[in-house]
Amino acid sequence: MLKRLGSPWSDHRAERLLGAVSLLVGVVVVVMVVFVAIHAWPTFQHNGLGWLGSGGNLSTQISAMGATNAHPPPSAYHLNAWPLVYGTLLITAVSVVLGLLVAVFSSIFIVELAPARLRRIAIPVIRLLASVPSVIYGLIGVLVLVPFVGNDIITSSEKASVQNVVQLTGAGLIVTVAILTVMITPIMIALICEALVSVPSSWREGAIALGVNPLRAILAVTIRAARPAIVAAAVLATARALGEAIMISMVSGGSLFSPKPIDGLVFLFEPLSTLAATIVNYHDGISAPALGSSLYAFALLLLFSAFVLSVAGYLIKLPLRKYQVRG
Amino acid sequence: MRSGPGRRSSPMTWRWGDRLALAFAWTAGIGLCVIAGAIVLYMGYRGIEYLRPNLLFSRPAPGKLQRESGGFLDPLFGTALLTFIGVLLATPLAVGSALWIAEYGRPTWLARIVESSIEVVAGTPDIVIALFGLAIFQLHLLAPLSFTASGGGVFGRSFVAAGAMMSLIALPPMFAATRDGLQAVPMHMREAAFALGKTRIATIRRVLLPSVRSNIATGVTLGVSRIIGDTAIVVLLLGETLRIEPQGSVPVLGLLRGTGSSLTSYVYENSPAGEGAAPQKAYAAAFVLLVFVLILNLIVERIGRSQSDSLGLTVAGAVV
Repeated sequence: MLKRLGSPWSDHRAERLLGAVSLLVGVVVVVMVVFVAIHAWPTFQHNGLGWLGSGGNLSTQISAMGATNAHPPPSAYHLNAWPLVYGTLLITAVSVVLGLLVAVFSSIFIVELAPARLRRIAIPVIRLLASVPSVIYGLIGVLVLVPFVGNDIITSSEKASVQNVVQLTGAGLIVTVAILTVMITPIMIALICEALVSVPSSWREGAIALGVNPLRAILAVTIRAARPAIVAAAVLATARALGEAIMISMVSGGSLFSPKPIDGLVFLFEPLSTLAATIVNYHDGISAPALGSSLYAFALLLLFSAFVLSVAGYLIKLPLRKYQVRG
Repeated sequence: MRSGPGRRSSPMTWRWGDRLALAFAWTAGIGLCVIAGAIVLYMGYRGIEYLRPNLLFSRPAPGKLQRESGGFLDPLFGTALLTFIGVLLATPLAVGSALWIAEYGRPTWLARIVESSIEVVAGTPDIVIALFGLAIFQLHLLAPLSFTASGGGVFGRSFVAAGAMMSLIALPPMFAATRDGLQAVPMHMREAAFALGKTRIATIRRVLLPSVRSNIATGVTLGVSRIIGDTAIVVLLLGETLRIEPQGSVPVLGLLRGTGSSLTSYVYENSPAGEGAAPQKAYAAAFVLLVFVLILNLIVERIGRSQSDSLGLTVAGAVV
């Protein structure tokens, strides 16, 4: 395309062409939403929004759906996906909260505390953490962390306490949350650091001059000024965490089980799955109409959440732009 | 940069809560560096342990035993082909729309729609994009582009299908890098070109594109690292054949319509999560993948050094 621009072009024609190219992106998004919605429609048609609720055994429901033929009866679409919604919310919420805590303090470390030499190391390292593919995180999780937790951390009495309900292999909540936190923290650090740097240092110096100790000045002045950026970082990290599929399908145990906090410490080791990971785990059965439609319904839910988060991110960035603080 | 705090007042005189917070900040920062170092060193150790040159040059083979199941020449080629298709499709789209947004952008509401749709693409999980690709390429209209069963069933799985969806995940970083570059070009450069009688498009071609070349390069590199790191799209859209299986006898077209694997899907299939359960192969392939990612990171850093922002943590558009 760039080659063809070689011949002299009229401005009008160039604007039309570039505009058409840009519009194509918008068309792709509309087509994407429409296609996913069309494929998800049967699930909504037969279950309403009730498929988000709990009830019955999800794994028998899914295997029943996978076994249907090309024209399943409406009853075949029966689905109560609450364990997946719950798993997604639980994993995302815990990782984002943990990640945010780590990200805020590491950003303080990188921007304010670290000696210049350490900072020069930390910045490429954080960027590297952000770009390691999720399958490598998943591989380390499933080959190193899962056996470690399964053999050395979980005691046999803990395994016995829930053996009638679920098998504890080590794959489960705690490993998933640990890896997901490491995956989403660098994104947050990048955004928060940018905001911290752009807060005028005289504000912090003013606080120090008034006798506040330097760390308290950072927390009370710099972090406070960067609050919108911190929220924006959390929103972006939530979007990443919701959509993470491959890593979670490798280390979460893939079981359609919802961990119960009532189980005490064992809760941390119980396997679970998320909406995105379930799509990966069951994609082989996607040609069965009922199962396929359910998977597309999961995708539609993820797409909808991405929309909501994107709008939320936009709204949060508005005050940022007003104060000329980059986010 | 800034002089660190703690020069005047020693932390030893602080309240406990503040000392704890200071300790946590140091632990968090250094802890993340240690985790990153541990990942790289562990993968390096496993990679050197299991990677043999013949793995890189032999094709995957069906075999129950580890030494019979071949290497990952086909996945390497698959990754290269997917990257090529993805970049080929995404670059004109990304650069074109960035030019339009930055240089024309009329009417404003349309520009806003285009920008927000790119933001939506950036926020969409790759697994959703993969399902979308499956839905699109299963249309009978597009059947010639993908692997078709003998009975006439369209599976929608091929290099074209996977590559097209890869272009979607590479698009946002490319767009953002190019747009940010264009917005950073000083207005007087455009004004000088207009004053010399150049049209808008000639200005773009002769003045703006050459000056944002390094931004486009950063964007493409970021896009490439997204593509080679993505697993979900490959697992769903490339069929699950470890070997490259061309469809039909036409050489290039058959390859594009065919199924295969990439490094990421090879790692996934050979991990305990997939079917192969060959951890040595998975480690070796993951090591190669990590080396690629490191190289791409270095390239981004090298290009970014000339145009780096205050900290250099987010090169233009790294986080979209």
